[in-house]
Amino acid sequence: MSFIEKINSLHLDVLKEIGNIGAAHAATALSGILNQKIEMSVPNVRIVSFDQMMELAGGPENVVASVFLRLEGDVTGSMFFILSLPAATYFIQQMIGNDSFIFESESPHSEMSLSCLQELGNILSGSYLSSLSDFTNLYLYPSVPSLTIDMVGATISFGLLELSQVSDYAIVIDTVLEKEGDGSGAMNGHFFLLPDPDSFEVIFNSLGVATDG
Amino acid sequence: MVELRDPHIVKVGIADMNIVKSPSLIRTSGLGSCVGVIVYDEKKELAGLAHVMLPDSSLAKSGSINTAKFADTAIKELVNRLVIKGARASVLKAKMAGGAQMFQFFSGGDMMRIGPRNVEAVRKGLANLNIPIIAEDVGGNSGRTIEFNPKTCLLNIRTVNKGTRNI
Repeated sequence: MSFIEKINSLHLDVLKEIGNIGAAHAATALSGILNQKIEMSVPNVRIVSFDQMMELAGGPENVVASVFLRLEGDVTGSMFFILSLPAATYFIQQMIGNDSFIFESESPHSEMSLSCLQELGNILSGSYLSSLSDFTNLYLYPSVPSLTIDMVGATISFGLLELSQVSDYAIVIDTVLEKEGDGSGAMNGHFFLLPDPDSFEVIFNSLGVATDG
Repeated sequence: MVELRDPHIVKVGIADMNIVKSPSLIRTSGLGSCVGVIVYDEKKELAGLAHVMLPDSSLAKSGSINTAKFADTAIKELVNRLVIKGARASVLKAKMAGGAQMFQFFSGGDMMRIGPRNVEAVRKGLANLNIPIIAEDVGGNSGRTIEFNPKTCLLNIRTVNKGTRNI
């Protein structure tokens, strides 16, 4: 039986809370780095097909900057921090204090901008995961994050490999950080947390939620 | 979601496959470590495309499998479907693209090398059925979108940084 069939609405709420706590810490960290207010969305926990997963990030051909890391330890899984190119431009501008910087016009991208994004991804995913670790009392060891600027399909499929051996669907915890007052949806960053199939039971057990009911 | 699509382009999603006859084109977007393999009958202008995610169906940990997901099962299924549509098994040819390494890690388990493993598995699967590979664009570290025209038998490959080319 697929692990997804065992997931009920209580489980989804638990996962939502994980996204909530993780993203709240990441938003605080981002706010500190950029020295401005950051809004976060109510987390979305969805069971999606792989194609739908691509659509969550703007479709398989959409070009994005993504920081990817693997989770090891008690819970294994994949995590992405995904920025649209305009959002990458904005965040780098804020970090280096240069308003005329345009990320999209760089070819190839400079060491400086890649390093900014890598560090941003590193700090944000680090704060997300350390809060998750505190909350669940589980040991989590994130890998060194790796940055790539390419099509959504090409980057996200890599995080689906473990899941794809078991299922054609993924459970994704999706949270969005956004510049305050930006209604356009352009200046945002998505966190995608994709626990491996075996990890759901570990997460639920750590929080005292039964998995066999 | 409502999407306007060119009726002549058949889109293939991840871990999926389909067959087209000219004048339609067949396309798959955002290949990373996945491999897009096209098997075609030049004279009949028939082509099938599979977007393969994993090298071997023995990796599957659950009972029922999606044949398009694994290189070994996808190629067999693709050939079966082409033959049902009237393609001749003895003259089939293939082209492929993908199998990139999108992220660089210091430590690499088996999954980190999935791109090259997918490419090898597709080569093996095609060799087992005596289908020659006419052209390929594999490896590297760029995502690819590919589109095949069964009429010209050209495979158009688009990448973010290196532009487009036909093979």
